[in-house]
Amino acid sequence: MELLAFGKTGWGDELFYATLMTLAVSVTAMIIGFLFALIFTPLKLSKYKTLNLIGNFYTTVIRGVPELLVIYLFFFGGSGAIMFVASMFGYFEYIEINAFITGSFAIGIISGAYSTEVFRGAIQSIDKGQFEASKVLGIKKHIQFYKVILPQMLRLAIPNLSNVWQITLKDTSLISVTGLVEIMRQSYIAAGSTRDPLFFYSFAAVLYLLLTYLSMKLINRLEVKYSRGY
Amino acid sequence: MDFELMITSFPKLLNATVITLKLLSASLFFGLFIGLLFAILRMNKNPIINKFAYGYSYIFRGTPLLVQIFIIYFGLGQIEYLRSTALWVILKEPYWCAIIAFALNTGAYTSEILRSAFQTIKPGFIEAGKSLGISNKIIFYKIQIPIAIRQSLPAYGNEIILMLKGTSLASTVTLMDLTGVAKYIISTTFKPIEVFVVAGGIYLFMTFIVHSLIKYLEKKYNYQ
Repeated sequence: MELLAFGKTGWGDELFYATLMTLAVSVTAMIIGFLFALIFTPLKLSKYKTLNLIGNFYTTVIRGVPELLVIYLFFFGGSGAIMFVASMFGYFEYIEINAFITGSFAIGIISGAYSTEVFRGAIQSIDKGQFEASKVLGIKKHIQFYKVILPQMLRLAIPNLSNVWQITLKDTSLISVTGLVEIMRQSYIAAGSTRDPLFFYSFAAVLYLLLTYLSMKLINRLEVKYSRGY
Repeated sequence: MDFELMITSFPKLLNATVITLKLLSASLFFGLFIGLLFAILRMNKNPIINKFAYGYSYIFRGTPLLVQIFIIYFGLGQIEYLRSTALWVILKEPYWCAIIAFALNTGAYTSEILRSAFQTIKPGFIEAGKSLGISNKIIFYKIQIPIAIRQSLPAYGNEIILMLKGTSLASTVTLMDLTGVAKYIISTTFKPIEVFVVAGGIYLFMTFIVHSLIKYLEKKYNYQ
C-alpha cells in the first residue's frame, strides 16, 4: 500500500494525475470524434454517390485498420505533415507537436468513425412521418433538424454512444506508446522503477474499471432523461 | 509518395501477416471455447456461478486489452511460484502470453454474444423438442447450439474483426506481427504514410475477407 502513497514516497499522486490525463484525452477525443461525425454523417446520408463514397471510405478504413497503426501514423507523420504545411508559408524550423494533441487527434478520428455510424443509424431509424409532418407544418429545414430530428436522434443514439465512449476510453491506453503520461504510461514507469509490474498493471486495470463503471452510471442517468415521454 | 518503399516493404509486411493470422486463429479458437463455457455458466441458476461468469466478462470488457497483455506478460513473471511450474514454459514466451490475453479477452465478448443468442431462442423450439421426447442433452446440442450459432453470426463477425485489430497489440510485447513490422519500417525510414497505406491495405483486405465470409455463412444458415 505504501506504493500508492501520495507525495515523494509513493505513486499515488502520479497515478491520480495520470487518471485525469486519461479522462482529458478521452473527452477531447470524443469531442473531436463528434466534430468528425458532424461532417461525415451528412456525407453518408447524402443523395450524391461521390459524397457517399467519401463517407464510407472514412468509416470503413478507420474501422478496419488497427488503432495502434493509426496512432503510429499520427505519431510519426504528424509533425512532418504540420512542417510541410508550415513550409508552404515560409516557416522551416522543426515543429514538434505535443503528444496530447497527436493522441487526442488519433483517437478522435477513430472515435469519430464509430460515432458517425451511430448517428447514421439513429437518423435512419427516425420515422419518415416526422420529416414529412414538419415539412407539412412549414418548419424551416434547420429548425426541423434542431427541434424535431435532433432530440429524437439523441434518444436513439445515447445507448450506442455510451459504447463509443467505452471504446474511446479504452483506446486511450494505446497512446502510452507515444510517451504521453496517462494511466498506462505512468504504470509502466512505476512498474519499471519499483520492479512490481503485477501490482501496478493490476491497479491500472482497477482504475480503468472504475472509470468505465462511473461513466456508465452517468450515462444511464442521461438515458433516463432523454427517454422521457416514451 | 515513395512507391519504391511501398513495393520493397510489401513482402516484409506480408511475411509478418502470417504471425498476425496465427495469433488471430489461435486466440479465436481458444476464445470460442472460453466464450461457450462462460455463456453456459452465465445461464446457470446458481447465483455464485452466475456472478462469477458476469464478473469475468465485466472485468475483461471494462479494461483495455493492453493492460491485460501487460499483466500477463510482465506481471505474472513476477510470481516466484509460477516460475517453478511447468506453466512457465508457456508464460515466458511473448507469443503465448499474447494468445492467452487475446483468448481471454475475446472469450469475454464471445460469452456475451452467445448468451444473448441463447436467450433469444424462441421457447417454442425447445418445447417442440421436449414434446417429441428428445432428451435435454440432445436438445442443447442439436437445437439450441445450431440456432445460437446462426443468431450470433453477425455479432461474432464483428468480434473477429475487432480481434484482428486487437492482434496489433502483440507488437507491444516484442512480437513482430504486421503492426510491429510496420512500426519498425516507419521508424527506420520515417515514411509513415507509405507504410500505413500498405499495412492498412493488408488489414482492410483481411477485414473484407472476414466480412464476406460471415455474409456468406449468414445466407447459408438462414433457417427462416
